[in-house]
Amino acid sequence: MIIGKVIGNLVATQKHYSYQNKKLLLVKPIDLQDRKEKDVIIAVDTVDAGVGDKVLVMSEGNSTTEELGFERRQPLRSIVIAVIDHIEHHNASG
Amino acid sequence: MRLGRIIGKVWATVKDPKLDGTTLYIMQPVNEADQPTGMPVVAVDTVGSGENDLVYWVGGGDATVPFEDRSIPSDVTIVGIVDHLETE
Repeated sequence: MIIGKVIGNLVATQKHYSYQNKKLLLVKPIDLQDRKEKDVIIAVDTVDAGVGDKVLVMSEGNSTTEELGFERRQPLRSIVIAVIDHIEHHNASG
Repeated sequence: MRLGRIIGKVWATVKDPKLDGTTLYIMQPVNEADQPTGMPVVAVDTVGSGENDLVYWVGGGDATVPFEDRSIPSDVTIVGIVDHLETE
């Protein structure tokens, strides 16, 4: 998983059926020093996260479609699976 | 999934039959501010996108499974057309 910050949301009516009635969030990956890095990810929300929340994003097709309860794999990769309350870490070494 | 802007189209009559019925677009990956991020790619459309649409897409293995009955040879598949995008 990666840590990200929810920076917005996205509305799409014409979309693949696996995205029906799911909330789509814009998540910016952040590193442990809270610096924004890499490109924004679109992720399906499963924990009612809001703009400004720090979240955990899982991005793997098989586990994601299983988590969302689909029998077969869908073209859907990233989901927000947790809202982060608190992070403690010392600098990653090596 | 990521954002992309459709900037062109590709026609190919001789191709893998599993691509029949899909549209091949040239898509520029973009960020939330609609700025290009990375090289344009050819993406398979499955949701009726059009020229200049802002879309979102999925890559890698997930790109091959958009249809109930068949997988398609694609590593970039458009799975939604963005109506509205809101950022803080």
